[in-house]
Amino acid sequence: MSLAEEKNQELHAGSTIPDEWFRPLKKESQDAEKVSRPSLSYWSDAWQRLLKNKLAMTGLLFLVLLALLAIFGPIFSPHSVREINLPNQNMAPSAEHWFGTDELGRDVFTRTWYGARISLFVGLMAALIDFFIGVIYGGISGYKGGRADNIMMRIIEILYGLPYLLVVILLLVVMGPSLTTIIVALSVTGWVGMARIVRGQVLQLKHLEFVLASQSFGAKTRRIIRKNLLPNTMGPIIVQMTLTVPTAIFAEAFLSFLGLGIQAPYASWGVMANDALPTILSGDWWRLFFPALFISLTMFAFNVLGDGLQDALDPKLRE
Amino acid sequence: MLGYILKRFVIMVVTILIIVTLTFILMHAIPGSPFNEERGTSEAVQANLQAHYHLDEPLYVQYLLYLKSIVTFDFGPSIKQPTSTVNDLLGRGFPISLELGLVSVIVAVISGILLGIIAALRHNGLIDYFAMTIAVLGISIPNFILATQLIQTFAVQLKILPAATWSSPQHMVLPVLALATGPMAIIARLTRSSMLEVLTQDYIKMARAKGLSPYKIVFKHALKNALMPVVTILGTLLAGILTGTFVLEKIFAIPGMGKYFVESINNRDYPVIMGTTVFYSAFLIIMLFLVDIAYGLLDPRIKLHKKEAE
Repeated sequence: MSLAEEKNQELHAGSTIPDEWFRPLKKESQDAEKVSRPSLSYWSDAWQRLLKNKLAMTGLLFLVLLALLAIFGPIFSPHSVREINLPNQNMAPSAEHWFGTDELGRDVFTRTWYGARISLFVGLMAALIDFFIGVIYGGISGYKGGRADNIMMRIIEILYGLPYLLVVILLLVVMGPSLTTIIVALSVTGWVGMARIVRGQVLQLKHLEFVLASQSFGAKTRRIIRKNLLPNTMGPIIVQMTLTVPTAIFAEAFLSFLGLGIQAPYASWGVMANDALPTILSGDWWRLFFPALFISLTMFAFNVLGDGLQDALDPKLRE
Repeated sequence: MLGYILKRFVIMVVTILIIVTLTFILMHAIPGSPFNEERGTSEAVQANLQAHYHLDEPLYVQYLLYLKSIVTFDFGPSIKQPTSTVNDLLGRGFPISLELGLVSVIVAVISGILLGIIAALRHNGLIDYFAMTIAVLGISIPNFILATQLIQTFAVQLKILPAATWSSPQHMVLPVLALATGPMAIIARLTRSSMLEVLTQDYIKMARAKGLSPYKIVFKHALKNALMPVVTILGTLLAGILTGTFVLEKIFAIPGMGKYFVESINNRDYPVIMGTTVFYSAFLIIMLFLVDIAYGLLDPRIKLHKKEAE
């Protein structure tokens, strides 16, 4: 009988294994299975990638700065946004008026930050409303499928064909321009893009096993959409929202140029630029320059941030 | 394919019907009659005016009459310019707007595609970065802002191009530049990314292996497939260029349709607003339909895909 067979027999006999058979594992193989770094979640991974994207980070930094200036900027200025000072009209930038004054002697520096409040507010509200309507509509359409999806998609196709700005102009002519009506008008057809994206994502996800698991546990449609499907579509949704903001800011400025902008005494950047149009020929460059600069920079910042987020949140797309 | 065209056609007609109905409802939602402000008119005259414009009929009759007038292409008179009908204004303004829009589309498409190709061929090179910087800037700077800066630079400071009006080819340069830059940037980005994708595919390697010239590979083999995504966004770009003409015509004092449209918005000249909106919407929706059909014809995969989906 060989040694091995002998040991086997001892085992089968139920006897204890002698201690000398146990040998300690070598040190290096002990650590092989150990996770050396804290595990990265999807979001922290995306954040790391975004941090490496210099252009997107510049955009983000600019937007944070702009938001701070929109909130606190007017504090730094001794002039109020409504202060009309006719003797000081159309003054070039100076120590007193950093960005100069307009045709009513109002301080352009102060008005620029009030304009930032309005432009950012319009952009963010439009993105938020698009988010709510688009996610609910797209989520239901994609998850329900079948006839409901068919009808809902026909409606989307028709709305998508409507010329966005023309509908907005029409609505504003009827409702009269104000902050609320502009946001409402922008949202009436604006959510369609978001709904399409959410639907497409949900269509892809709903056949995966984790959804099936949820279904078999008896989860309701609402719960599945909210807890299972939406968190997995957040990437594209965030990108779409980031890109909605500059579109809304552009639309608001565009409407101001048509005379359908925010009414005085408030001023958005679009209104300021429109009011400054006659100064192109007179050489009072600062009136047009500052609102124009900030509209462009803000749109630029949102666009590069959106691009960066797209790369960061969807690494597959990059290759 | 015929089924696909038919389906798109039905959607197109429904979309146009919706915009027509929407303008009708919205314009009737505005309180008051257009003749309330006419001074020195007696009750009888007002009633006659109402009857002349069928404002005394029930709403559905007015709606049907309105539908009929649109089908027969009669948008009615302008309230604020009594000597002109909306058709007159369209006839005067639209050809100029069309010229501006068409030239801008051509400039945008050609320069955008070329820029995209060059950027893709020099991927991650200096030209690529340069082209993409222009593209991001082009997307970020609104056309009306660009227009004002162009006027300031080229017309006021350098005095080499006229600042406004529409009479000679020189007058076209600045408005077209302002209008075409945004769409050009979008096309350049799209062309670049789809070109980069196409260039890695096997049939391109095959073409290289056969020893074809780079020119032939790019323009005969790669470009055809790379341009498919560009075709899909052509409709959206057309809409952008078309609405862009509104403000640019105002800024450059071009006597196109946009100028009348902006004036009508500021005067609340409702028949002109309605007529222009319906006309432009229908124009755009028909364009979108044609783009869809073109896309279906160009890409045989669409046909198959649609069949599978149904």
